[in-house]
Amino acid sequence: MGMTMTQKILAAHAGLSKVSAGQLIEANLDLVLGNDVTAPVAIKEMAKLDTDEVFDKDKIALVPDHFTPNKDIKSAENCRCMRDFAKKHDITHYFEVGEMGIEHALLPEKGLVVAGDVVIGADSHTCTYGALGAFSTGVGSTDMAAGMATGKAWFKVPSALRFVFTGKPSRWVSGKDIILHIIGMIGVDGARYKSMEFAGDGIRHLSMDDRFTIANMAIEAGAKNGIFPVDELTIEYMKEHSAKPYTVYEADEDAEYEETYEIDLSKIRPTVAFPHLPENTHTIDEIPDIKIDQVVIGSCTNGRLNDLRAAARVLEGRKVAKGVRVIIFPATQDIYLKALEEGLIATFIKAGAVVSTPTCGPCLGGHMGVLAAGEKAVSTTNRNFVGRMGHVDSEVYLASPAVAAASAVTGKISGPEELGL
Amino acid sequence: MKAKGTVHRYGDNVDTDVIIPARYLITSDPRELAKNCMIDIDKDFVNRVKPGDIMVAGKNFGCGSSREHAPIAIKASGISCVIAENFARIFYRNAINIGLPIIECPEASRDIEAGDEVEIDFDTGIITNLTKNARYQGQAFPEFMQRIIKAEGLINYIKQNKKA
Ligand code: SF4
Repeated sequence: MGMTMTQKILAAHAGLSKVSAGQLIEANLDLVLGNDVTAPVAIKEMAKLDTDEVFDKDKIALVPDHFTPNKDIKSAENCRCMRDFAKKHDITHYFEVGEMGIEHALLPEKGLVVAGDVVIGADSHTCTYGALGAFSTGVGSTDMAAGMATGKAWFKVPSALRFVFTGKPSRWVSGKDIILHIIGMIGVDGARYKSMEFAGDGIRHLSMDDRFTIANMAIEAGAKNGIFPVDELTIEYMKEHSAKPYTVYEADEDAEYEETYEIDLSKIRPTVAFPHLPENTHTIDEIPDIKIDQVVIGSCTNGRLNDLRAAARVLEGRKVAKGVRVIIFPATQDIYLKALEEGLIATFIKAGAVVSTPTCGPCLGGHMGVLAAGEKAVSTTNRNFVGRMGHVDSEVYLASPAVAAASAVTGKISGPEELGL
Repeated sequence: MKAKGTVHRYGDNVDTDVIIPARYLITSDPRELAKNCMIDIDKDFVNRVKPGDIMVAGKNFGCGSSREHAPIAIKASGISCVIAENFARIFYRNAINIGLPIIECPEASRDIEAGDEVEIDFDTGIITNLTKNARYQGQAFPEFMQRIIKAEGLINYIKQNKKA
């Protein structure tokens, strides 16, 4: 029996020639990540180890992104804890406000992750880097602490689900619609403990940004990781962003999958997940009139340049509906700058949107756009749980940047086609 | 090792955002976190819960973010064990790593009701519903994880191994 792509990467990092699903292994880590919510806890845990050394100061990434620029005194203290730690251990990849971005957009952009890597991050959307053909997964702060000290983590080798993409997505269908469609199909625990391995011809129609979006939300299906094969586009991306050597792993022909799903991308319609679970999906064609109060475009799911371009295509020359608040937050400083140079930011402001500095802020109901009781938001983020973006009686509808932008214009949940686009 | 207490009952897909909402994540102090545990789905939980009590839920408990604050808040609120049909993977890892006992048992998750008195024997995985006079076999941990739990968490486990 052969191995899946994920199993091959794990085997190589555990120094084994073969692993199989269910096996417990200890793997060497190429990168350990933490943010301003999880790293302070990890730093406290690490102190209990009576060790004053990190395993490798070049293989730790610390990104203050959740409550930054500091929301209040407590978050300022958390950031200081991280900053002091970074200074003390001379951590190479610590990103201060001004050079930072949302961690999962930032790390690939800075070239810190490449194909074949094993990465753990004390943040559930660490699975994003699967887009590059890496094994990456979210863990808790204790795992992060152990990872920073030892450079290792324990894993149960996952079994896998295979998603074979065929066809070409239609004009307004993006990675977000594809992953929402999949989560609607298999449910929020459909891939629990498992890998989601993407395959098939259809992948060549997906930009890197689309692939990041899809891998990002593997966790919303309960998966341990989501992973894409490495193709020319991936290699081009890595060459542009990283000097790190990469390794391409391919799934064996006879790898075992618990299930294989064929997905014809040309048949997918713009898709929206209703409150309060990402699996409550509806296509844009079956949605009644739902009036909205706020639109949020950004996050580690959809705050990349292509996402902002899609939103700008819709908002260009149009106005945000009266009574709707639109908040756009580019995921990194670099994306922000490019959006500025391309004129996207001007388009947003002219349309009546506000543009925020990179931060997780509104995505987790932290700051910069929290919802009041009874309010409804269309958001390009990844979670619509109860209370996720504010009051427990507020509602979040998850959608693509194009749908979010179109909804901003009409004031109700709408697709770009409704605007004649 | 045993746990015994009154049951607090929840449904499927209890996510980490309701266990401890993000707006309270500006602290990592267990006692502070415990004050707002479950607040978004069960306002009264923090007033009702007594040390030793048990939480029972349906499938995919702890889905969502990787915040270790979630099992920490549950543990600090006094809960001695969480029984569920199954757990989301990061929550499962985190609970083991911080030493909050959790047990997967679909039958117990289905049958046990709020207010029942339940006893759990961690060595055997046997769950006894004292109110209903019923017994269930929960899933025992693999040996590797038992070692981490016995050491009361991953950090202690690493410390002990370093000395050895
Ligand atoms: S943008 Fe949202 S989902 Fe992404 S890392 Fe930040 S809080 Fe988490």
